[in-house]
Amino acid sequence: MELLDKLNILADAAKYDAACTSSGLDRAGRPGTIGSTTLAGCCHSFSADGRCISLLKVLMTNVCVYDCQYCINRRSNDVPRAAFTPRELCELTMGFYRRNYIEGLFLSSAVSGSPDRTTEGMIETLRLLREEYRFGGYIHAKAIPGADPLLTQRLGLLADRMSVNIELPSAPSLSQLAPDKKKEAILAPMKQIRDGITVSRQELKVYRHAPRFAPAGQSTQMIIGATPETDRQILTLSQGLYRKYQLKRVFYSAYMPVSTSPLLPTPQTFQPPLLREHRLYQADWLLRYYHFQAEEILDEDQPDLDPRMDPKCCWALRHLDFFPVEVNRADYEVLLRVPGIGVRSARRILTARRVGPLTFEGLKRLGVVLKRAQYFLTCSGRVLSGLHVKEDGLLRHLISLEAPALAAPMPQQLSLFADH
Amino acid sequence: MFPTQVCCQYDGSFTGFLSCVFDCYVHQEEPVEFRTPGDPCCSLYPMRTIPAHEEHAKRVYRSLAQRMGAQGQRMVARGFLTCLPDKELWLWRLIQEGFQRGPAFTRDLTHPVVDRVGKAVLHLEHEAHLFTGFVRFSDLAGTLVGEIEPKNRVLPLLRPHFCSRYPQERFVLHDRTHQEALLYQPGQWAILPVEDFQMGPAGEEELSYRRLWRSFYDTIAIEGRYNPKCRMTHMPKRYWGCMTEFQTDSPSSQRSESALLPSP
Repeated sequence: MELLDKLNILADAAKYDAACTSSGLDRAGRPGTIGSTTLAGCCHSFSADGRCISLLKVLMTNVCVYDCQYCINRRSNDVPRAAFTPRELCELTMGFYRRNYIEGLFLSSAVSGSPDRTTEGMIETLRLLREEYRFGGYIHAKAIPGADPLLTQRLGLLADRMSVNIELPSAPSLSQLAPDKKKEAILAPMKQIRDGITVSRQELKVYRHAPRFAPAGQSTQMIIGATPETDRQILTLSQGLYRKYQLKRVFYSAYMPVSTSPLLPTPQTFQPPLLREHRLYQADWLLRYYHFQAEEILDEDQPDLDPRMDPKCCWALRHLDFFPVEVNRADYEVLLRVPGIGVRSARRILTARRVGPLTFEGLKRLGVVLKRAQYFLTCSGRVLSGLHVKEDGLLRHLISLEAPALAAPMPQQLSLFADH
Repeated sequence: MFPTQVCCQYDGSFTGFLSCVFDCYVHQEEPVEFRTPGDPCCSLYPMRTIPAHEEHAKRVYRSLAQRMGAQGQRMVARGFLTCLPDKELWLWRLIQEGFQRGPAFTRDLTHPVVDRVGKAVLHLEHEAHLFTGFVRFSDLAGTLVGEIEPKNRVLPLLRPHFCSRYPQERFVLHDRTHQEALLYQPGQWAILPVEDFQMGPAGEEELSYRRLWRSFYDTIAIEGRYNPKCRMTHMPKRYWGCMTEFQTDSPSSQRSESALLPSP
């Protein structure tokens, strides 16, 4: 089989993995090697679906012994199968990296043979890449649940970021759709990676040249919309993962119908819940950067995110007594709670107000989105002049700001003749 | 007494601009226009032709750090690389007011001058960040050659990134807009003006890597999530011209493939 065909098959098999970030680690290039990484990460292109392409995202092989219902590579699915040899994959990575097509390699694999054998293949590839090709770019490796902890340890020493997919948001869904995977088997490597990272950080403080275990942290991903969990359950789970397992990212991936299993939504009528995924990411950002708790964003009366408005606006509308916020005096955390003020503009407000009092004109210059923020702010005790909105009108105003962005049903051509 | 208003003509370099600032301070004049050799040279104001003077420029550059802080110095240096219309005048205003108000001036983010220059610098830095990803090199006989078409002069910002990333390679990165090129070989770099830059023909290996990349690019998109608008937000179309995934190789290089097909 030609390299081009292999690449097509194995990239196609890997594309449903959401994680394609190259962030979390700053490493300058060294003489004698090739490659560097940057803390913020770097997108090298954007595919036709608008997602960032940062890493060469491929599977080592798509030959799988498992039969997970939601997965395109399940053994009962009739698709072409292929496998890279370690050497081929290294050549491909280096060829792409030199031409600045990619930031590094994202290496995952279907479980061929056993988890141990699969991990050994991945280790061999990464070892070649790091030692023989002297590659210093970014490597994201998937840990294979069920592999020997020693092998996972070796994989983590070669990779920058590790991830274990939690696959589905709850244990019952997992046992229903992925009968070969167990919740405990997924959480075990996650725990091991977390502990490995902690130990490695400790050692680095003592010895500067101690080996670094997954220095860019670990992430995970779950499928949204294939199973009946509520947004509240999902967000609480994510929060638990961030706190307990110190994850860098949790990725949500709207379920795409790739299977006709009777356990899953049927492909004909099913629309992937892209808007829901978007709202979940917004809520996820609130957890990570805006000092929100999952319990604040959603409660028992309201278990799902409002599709019409972003979660921060929703929170603000439910807590009108918190507002208006005085721009010239509020804390950083309080400013972050105002819709229309993000991390960057909150920082800029802190810097600018040390020089002099801020006005609404000044806020606009700082990059605050006033069309949202105007309802929740005062500048030196004054609200924006000419702003008269009653509380019940506020909801309508805020929704209308986003309404054009929401996908409306396509208008249909009227037909003179009745359809048969 | 008001200072005399003049039109400064300089050579277009950063050294030249700082020399203008020096001369204007020495002669207590206020520049209201800046001219470079490429511009039409008629003006209603008295013309001053100011040659670039290394010593003067260094003195101004040092005093920028002393009077306006490291942040102010950086803002002037980066501001000069931006595509802000009349950037010299905006920078002159920034320097003039910054010298009076000290380092706190650059933190007054709502001041019209700081805002204007700050936004331009942000645009420059954002564009440079995008280009760290969007630059595409071709391996032409062992040397990596790439071309970009930026709005701002991003090469000085791209230099540390690419020199650190490819320490063992030799590469050329050509800026079509400003007709400059960044040249690098292990241990040495230079940014030089270049006229009439032509990329050489690609070899067989290069062509095959391009094919592999294009096919990867097409494969990795999920059809069910097709969203061209989102792609264009993140990667505006003006970048596409120099990117391998949107280019097709010339027919001469594809002939080897089409020769296999029967002619109609």
